[in-house]
Amino acid sequence: MSNSLNIVYLIPLLPLIGFLINGLGRKRLSKSLISIIGCGVVLASFLLSIWVFMQVKNGNVHVANYFDFISVGSFHVPFAFQIDQLSAIFLLIITGVGFLIHVYSTSYMHHEAPEHFGRYFSYLNLFIFSMLLLVMGANFVIMFIGWEGVGLCSYLLIGYWFKNTEYNKAAAKAFVMNRIGDLGFLIAIFWIISKIGSTDFHAVFSNTSKFTSADITAITLLLFVGATGKSAQIPLYTWLPDAMAGPTPVSALIHAATMVTAGIYMVARSNVLYSMSELSQNVVAIVGLATAILAATIAMKQNDIKKVLAYSTVSQLGYMFLALGVGAYSAGVFHVMTHAFFKALLFLGAGSVIHAMGGEQDIRKMGGLSSKLKTTYITFLIGCIAISGVPPFSGFFSKDAILYAAFEHNPGLYIVALIGAILTAYYMFRLLIITFTGKFRGTEEQKTHLHESPPAMTIVLIILAVLSVIGGFVGIPDAIMKGGDKFSEFLSPVIPVKHGPITSFPKENFERLLMGVSTIAALIGIIIAWLQYRRYQYKEPNAVGKFLENKWYVDELYEKTIVKPLNFLADLFDRELERSGIDALVNGVGKAVQYGGRQLRWLQSGQVGSYVLLMVISMVLFFVLQFFLRK
Amino acid sequence: MQINYYIFLSIALFVIGIAGVLTRRNAIIIFMCIELMLNATNLLLVAFSKMHHLAASKIDAATTAGTDGQLFVFFIMVVAAAEVSVGLAIIVMMYRNIHSVDVNFLNRLKH
Repeated sequence: MSNSLNIVYLIPLLPLIGFLINGLGRKRLSKSLISIIGCGVVLASFLLSIWVFMQVKNGNVHVANYFDFISVGSFHVPFAFQIDQLSAIFLLIITGVGFLIHVYSTSYMHHEAPEHFGRYFSYLNLFIFSMLLLVMGANFVIMFIGWEGVGLCSYLLIGYWFKNTEYNKAAAKAFVMNRIGDLGFLIAIFWIISKIGSTDFHAVFSNTSKFTSADITAITLLLFVGATGKSAQIPLYTWLPDAMAGPTPVSALIHAATMVTAGIYMVARSNVLYSMSELSQNVVAIVGLATAILAATIAMKQNDIKKVLAYSTVSQLGYMFLALGVGAYSAGVFHVMTHAFFKALLFLGAGSVIHAMGGEQDIRKMGGLSSKLKTTYITFLIGCIAISGVPPFSGFFSKDAILYAAFEHNPGLYIVALIGAILTAYYMFRLLIITFTGKFRGTEEQKTHLHESPPAMTIVLIILAVLSVIGGFVGIPDAIMKGGDKFSEFLSPVIPVKHGPITSFPKENFERLLMGVSTIAALIGIIIAWLQYRRYQYKEPNAVGKFLENKWYVDELYEKTIVKPLNFLADLFDRELERSGIDALVNGVGKAVQYGGRQLRWLQSGQVGSYVLLMVISMVLFFVLQFFLRK
Repeated sequence: MQINYYIFLSIALFVIGIAGVLTRRNAIIIFMCIELMLNATNLLLVAFSKMHHLAASKIDAATTAGTDGQLFVFFIMVVAAAEVSVGLAIIVMMYRNIHSVDVNFLNRLKH
């Protein structure tokens, strides 16, 4: 059927073309041409996404079928894109924030040689392409292709400076942990195929009667395993802090705004399934909340500016999963959007600081940067306020929606989440205060090099700061303004609006009360941070501090319990099965042939006498054989 | 005479010929042994031809039953003669090169 939305194939196609041109021509193109192509294709996709959003707003939702991707017997997987409200929002986030980060990168990465500059932009474009496939796919298989693609690009980009072995190890760690989650995702897909016979979202979500409740629980838990890998939740989160080895714009794009939100998207898309399984929802909520608190405690004691932001990302993702787990799917997606704005802002601001400090990332060597880096400081401050959830910035609306939904589900969850909110405000302002205020603690040389970043970086920071301020106004809860939650309203065809249980208070007033409580909690966190860190001097942390600074020793735990045994097993297999077994067998065949050849060589002695003897012997044998055969 | 005797004699001659070919060093002796083998087969052919003729002539007095055996012997003799002439020519060439007729010097075939 012809629908104007059929041209949405252009949205992922353009970044793919950008990837090919920049990737194949990276040794021939100039840096400015690479920048234009790299940013231009994402801009074009963004403009198309805006048009798509307008179309969807007018009610034009569509599944665009392009061709048969897999066709085996009665099992068909079409290459199809589903354009509805959920994918439209994610399209805007990915292409919009992605475009801003591309522009930022042209300035941040300008030190690189043209060949590597081109490689960087080609990987970024490939990432955008994969992420778009992920959110636009109309069935789980296309989603999985994008899922794998973003994992690959994450590996390529984390290990961008490939001459450093530590960075390569971080990239491999990210990829392997992603893969562990992917196994869960795959098994879930297979399970769905075996029960429904198709992976199309339409088919799966309208035929849920074909699943038993055990099926649903298993499938949703397996899908969640995939999400823990991709979106860095317990237990598969340790790759994300290590992923800070990559360039800062990569951390902003992949590990803050887009790839890590793929898990959220997947659960939100499958909300029909999750709503049918109480157990899975509880698991999602509890894992999310636990991750949020764990990461927040670790962030409180980190000394690398990017690591604080990394753990902050893990923590905020935990909040999003908490929202999904209590049934507030649109609140989770709302937080994805606002988080994309302020987290990208924070990361890019950190990049600006690192750029000014000539590569230094340790906040103990910073301080007093606010005077020299005015724009960076102000935008970073805006980002910190937004993430702390202070009204009327965007983070307040999304976080409050999550907290309110958590309270409706279980007040205990609310208390813990509130503590997490206090910690969030605390560690973010700790970071701000140590980095930007006080006395400069770096070297003299670093001090002379301090300078504000070029416009390509600062303008992006300003744009993101504006979005962080006003981005929340699309989701104003009913308690403040009736009918103000345009966000949930927009998503309602895909994500049914949740009607929570009526509490004993009048609902509106209670919500306003909770809003006040969360604002006060954020302010408490900010004030405690200010009191503790305004005259900052690095002191050796006490025992608890050391425990938090060393990330609860989780990496060491994994190393001892999983990595060492696996390595031992792999070595064992290598020695016994590979070398002594298979290699010995194959080489043995070769050796046997050589031995046989050596021995047979003696037959060719060149002595006519032995030749005649052999002739006689063979003739005799011939006759004997004839004799027996005749018999 | 019983055919068995001829068979045994022929086999004995043949085997002696083979043994001689395999073990003797002098090329001319080897030739003699080859001739011995050929003659052993000749003997066998003639003996069988006589046997068939005797058996056939009991039924029909003017039969030509065993003649092909004896005819074949002529062919073998012709072949033997030709072969001996060629072989002796080779031995003469060999002698001209290494001044000996010892066949142990014929070990160049592996090059």
